[in-house]
Amino acid sequence: MKNIATKNPWVAPVIVRHSSSGMNKFGGVRDAQFRDEIAGVSIAELVEKYGSPLFVLSEEHLRQSVRRINRAFTTRYAKVRQAWSYKTNYINAVSAILHQEGCDAEVVSEFEYDKARRLGVPASRIFFNGPYKSRGALTKAVSEGARIHVDHLDELALLEEVAAELNILNFPITIRLNFDTGFAENWGRFGFNLENGQAMEAARRIAASPNLKLTGLHNHIGTFITDPRAYTAQVGIMINFMNNVEAATDCTITTLDIGGGFASRNAMQGVYLPPEQITPTAEQYAEAICGALAIGLKDREQNGKPLPELVLETGRAVVDEAEWLISSVVANKRLPTGQRAMVLDAGVNILFTAFWYNHEVRPARPVEGIPEDTVLYGPLCMNIDVVRQSVSLPPLKTGDLLSFWPVGAYNNTQWMQFIQLRPAVVMVRQNGQVDVVRRAETLDDVEEPENLPIDLQPDFS
Amino acid sequence: MKNILLATKRLALSESGFVFDPVSGQSFSVNDTGLVILRLAQHQDDIEQLTEQLLEQFDASSVEIKRDVQDFIHRLQGFLK
Ligand SMILES: Cc1ncc(COP(=O)(O)O)c(C=O)c1O
Repeated sequence: MKNIATKNPWVAPVIVRHSSSGMNKFGGVRDAQFRDEIAGVSIAELVEKYGSPLFVLSEEHLRQSVRRINRAFTTRYAKVRQAWSYKTNYINAVSAILHQEGCDAEVVSEFEYDKARRLGVPASRIFFNGPYKSRGALTKAVSEGARIHVDHLDELALLEEVAAELNILNFPITIRLNFDTGFAENWGRFGFNLENGQAMEAARRIAASPNLKLTGLHNHIGTFITDPRAYTAQVGIMINFMNNVEAATDCTITTLDIGGGFASRNAMQGVYLPPEQITPTAEQYAEAICGALAIGLKDREQNGKPLPELVLETGRAVVDEAEWLISSVVANKRLPTGQRAMVLDAGVNILFTAFWYNHEVRPARPVEGIPEDTVLYGPLCMNIDVVRQSVSLPPLKTGDLLSFWPVGAYNNTQWMQFIQLRPAVVMVRQNGQVDVVRRAETLDDVEEPENLPIDLQPDFS
Repeated sequence: MKNILLATKRLALSESGFVFDPVSGQSFSVNDTGLVILRLAQHQDDIEQLTEQLLEQFDASSVEIKRDVQDFIHRLQGFLK
């Protein structure tokens, strides 16, 4: 006899059609599992303590990641420097860990420059990139001895003026180059073009200036470069130009900065192979780059020139996989098209990379039930607020937690305070302790810079 | 709503949750709850009574059950039309 008191727990009914076409066999596997902890700390407990949504960094993952890249390169080439690309994630705790691991700073604005200086980075270890550096910023950077990467002729002229005003002779500078590697699309809007002679012309101008001297070459081929051969080509072209420019202008190049661009294990939208299959390892990038250096620089020291220092400005590949975003299910919906939808408390306002990545999405507990194709919406009242267009998820209840990964690159810098306040960022330390490294925003934070003229105060009495 | 419950009569249901629709030739998977609902629906074309029957078996509020069943039926409607 069936006992009324022991009713079965209710699990929402699900029906899915078997489809012969278009099923993403990788997507299903990738998203089938759950994740209930980050670096050993329970996700449910983190949210209980620090709220939802919540960004969670892992110190251990971050250190391991930067060390692996460092090891891959230092075991293959004698002079290597990693410069932390601030814009990728400039939360102080992140930058500080990377500086502890020996990284210099790569900045692209006066704001980032000041941020690095305030954290204690000596100017001589700051690589100053970017297409806009004001006269004030250049004056500060030159007088403090920063490593300036010149982007265009107008900047070169300004820099010359600034150095002359400061009575500085032979201030060492780097020029940013752009060229076609035959692999990635050329980011031709930055730096001096190599093929049309602009770069050589810039070098001649520098050679003619008493205040400046050319000591470095820089290039950034683009971001999320999944073919290491692009770097082989890049390094070959840069070495070739180095030889030409040294011969033509009697300078000595001591730095080759190859920018960033290594891919992380994230899934680019429109790419159907899983990231485990298409993302090269640090060692594969290092092999491609250091192999090209070995060939290109074979006779350099015999010819009386120093081996140039290799500078990496890796951003994404250092930090992406060291951070998760936890979000809560706010509502379940069925769209007029029949597709299942969920509304989450985190949208593109804080998960900016949802515009180009298909993050790994996992429930924070094992969930029974058949996974169903689901669209994930954020909390904004905007049509663009889609954090995932299509992901296979089992039935979830409101209040259920989902983790998004990898989210360490470009979210904590490109997020916006729009409609919602930005949530806290916590870091699981190596000893298991959890530190808040950026508290949740408050209304006061947002209104602090504002001024309401007294006569505009509305009167509702 | 009634029509769609009637249409479930033609479905072949298996214990594992495999569902076959001989009219369209399509097949589906349902979870345990889905299977219970389809089984009930094959003998019951009144949604209120179907909800009552589910309430007897499952530990949930009638609001929750009604909402989920309606969602499920809508989905079914799209598949069986
Ligand atoms: C000059 C420069 N260096 C480094 C980076 C970091 O790139 P990534 O995050 O792809 O490694 C960028 C990003 O656009 C860049 O513009």
